[in-house]
Amino acid sequence: MYTKKRVVAMLLAGGQGSRLYALTRNVAKPAVPYGGKYRLIDFPLSNCTNSGIDTVGVLTQYQPLVLNEYIGNGQPWDLDKMNGGVHVLPPYETQAGASWYEGTANAIYQNIRFIERYNPEYVVVLGGDHIYKMDYSKMVDFHVANNADCTISVIDVPKAEASRFGIMICDDKNQVTDFVEKPKEPKSTLASMGIYVFSWDKLRKYLVENEQEANALRDKGEPWSKDFGKDIITSMLKDKQRLFAYEFEGYWKDVGTLDSLWEANMDLLSPSVPLDLYDPNWKIYSRNNNMPPQYIGDSANIENSMISEGSTIDGTVDFSVVFSGVTIEAGATVNYSIIMPGTVIKSGAVVEYAIVGEDCVVEGGAKIGASPETIENRDDWGIAVVGHNVTVSENKVVEPKQIIGENI
Amino acid sequence: MSVNYNVLGLIFASMHDSYVSELTKQRTMGSIPFGGRYRLIDFPLSNMVNSSVAEVGVITKSNYGSLLDHLGSGRDWDLSRKKGGLHLLPPYSQTGGIYKGRLDALNNVWSFVEHSSAKYVIMSNCDVITTIDFNPVLKQHMAEGADITLIYSKGLYDSEKNNCATILEFDENNRLKDVLVDPQISGECNMWLEMFIISKDFLKKIVFEAASRNQSSFTREILQGKKEEYKIMGYEHKDFFTKIDSIQSYYQANKLLLDANKKNALFKSNLPVYTKIGDNGPVKYGIEANVKNSLIADGCIIEGTVENSILFRGVKVAKGTVIKNCVLLQSTKVGSNCTITSVITDKNVEISSDKVLTGSDTYPLYIGKDGKI
Repeated sequence: MYTKKRVVAMLLAGGQGSRLYALTRNVAKPAVPYGGKYRLIDFPLSNCTNSGIDTVGVLTQYQPLVLNEYIGNGQPWDLDKMNGGVHVLPPYETQAGASWYEGTANAIYQNIRFIERYNPEYVVVLGGDHIYKMDYSKMVDFHVANNADCTISVIDVPKAEASRFGIMICDDKNQVTDFVEKPKEPKSTLASMGIYVFSWDKLRKYLVENEQEANALRDKGEPWSKDFGKDIITSMLKDKQRLFAYEFEGYWKDVGTLDSLWEANMDLLSPSVPLDLYDPNWKIYSRNNNMPPQYIGDSANIENSMISEGSTIDGTVDFSVVFSGVTIEAGATVNYSIIMPGTVIKSGAVVEYAIVGEDCVVEGGAKIGASPETIENRDDWGIAVVGHNVTVSENKVVEPKQIIGENI
Repeated sequence: MSVNYNVLGLIFASMHDSYVSELTKQRTMGSIPFGGRYRLIDFPLSNMVNSSVAEVGVITKSNYGSLLDHLGSGRDWDLSRKKGGLHLLPPYSQTGGIYKGRLDALNNVWSFVEHSSAKYVIMSNCDVITTIDFNPVLKQHMAEGADITLIYSKGLYDSEKNNCATILEFDENNRLKDVLVDPQISGECNMWLEMFIISKDFLKKIVFEAASRNQSSFTREILQGKKEEYKIMGYEHKDFFTKIDSIQSYYQANKLLLDANKKNALFKSNLPVYTKIGDNGPVKYGIEANVKNSLIADGCIIEGTVENSILFRGVKVAKGTVIKNCVLLQSTKVGSNCTITSVITDKNVEISSDKVLTGSDTYPLYIGKDGKI
């Protein structure tokens, strides 16, 4: 017997995150570290818990080891429940054969049985790679008040950036009339945040139809897809279903690229960015690794930075985000950078405008990245990146824009 | 062996509460905050868990609300278990009222001990802070066929400074020869860490004998009274330890963690110290922050100067403020342009702007819980 749940959340966490290069070589994108002590998936999982959603399916596919281990039984997010809780849902084999998740819609389609156990009225579909704090229960209320079939969370973006997003065109009652993926000439600035509320009976119907249509196209050798934005939303619009845009106000950041991951971390250091990690009523939960408090030594010099448990800082840290268990020795300098868990920056090393992955060693005299002011041609400048478990030997240089995945 | 059902852990959460009456006004010895993010009970509890002890009983006395809140189901120590796990044992004596000494306390909780399938019992207080693996002690206890094995460390004793110290002397075979409580001496001594191992059967014998004679002090009746009769042996723990027996020693013990060697001796990567998870954000250092030689727990927001201090979770230090040689417990808030030197603030203390508070290193100023200045 399963208890009925009014709302079930499905979290799409299978993406490779190929634009994060070395940082997602052995780790699924939602497990990428963010903000000093979190991983990306902490945000949607904590939002679920804080919104009163206690049943979450996490769809995994790419490099799931770290992510599975991290989620565990869901206890850090209060999602270890007798009924419901968090469930990791990898692709599986059936009598009809086995198949990978062939797109976001197909991933949910393959788990219809999981959803139906809870007999929900609404299904919330979430991504695992956005940084934001949002009360999904308010979005569900909005969905119900509008008698909607599907509600899409949108954020107003600057006109210049609108062509990077899926853009919703709405009437004056927030009903969606059209949806265009990455338009060259955007007719609106309301960008989809990749967060959907569906009435489950409707979503089920469209998932089944999309599956049948896409398979028929594939059998004929024609192009096919099983994707939320491209297929499900488009079909629903075509059938004149009730789609509504739920406008979100607050901080929201897509961290799909190395630059945006770096920016999203730097945003935490800006007093004007409205992402409060210290609100006792909306905590972002994460798995804790039982380390003592951080020790700041006599020769340390820290300004405008975030530093986490278990770190030992004797060097200079300015405008940076330092994760747990990091050592920054006396005489080392870290500016405008992100140092992920367990990394050691040795005396004499300089790290600027860079992301250094987990458990790296940066030896003395090594130089990673550079300030944009020191580069003549701005096109040559970008964030320098060192992947996980990499040693940067003495006096080696990682240039701006360079991505290192192996020891140098 | 990852879980040892053969050993039962018993922790006395309230032993010696009265020596730090300021801090135990609203809590037990075990729930006194320590080292930025811990409570004293985290150390004996983690020692037991790290030594594979599967079942732990915590013997409470009074004021144990904060202790219950801290321990919860025992989940953060991995002790929320069907088989074994954490058990909180209320203090009420079978004869009515609250127990008197250690033997009386054990008599009260005997039915819990009786039901355990363990053959050995490890006991610890909360006022000694150290990291220890009990497995070598157990091995020695069994190899020597001891009745009781007392864990001690060599340390400097000074009758002027130390309270409630038990000094042990052993003969050339490591057998207990003499036991002195608060003697008028000073110098290097074998300090009992008030941790010991005993078999369940032997414990039952001494607890029941003591009850029948209306005796309650383990130190007086057993260690001093029966040292010739019983085989009481010593195990030397050769590692860092510190003991809380006054508000001054509490202050100094916190500050010892600023010494990297002592901090590393207490927090070993293979023997982690577990505690209740607070889910605080990382520490945020402002643009004018200046922090030297300090231990800072998560959730702190620092915009001023902090030197030689321990800041617990969620402490806020505003701009222009200078904190020196302080121990600021959880959620202390200090306004702007204050100068705070050698002060201990208890939980939730608020100090408004432009205040000057000065204690001395040998006699720190203590501000009680929820105090507003």
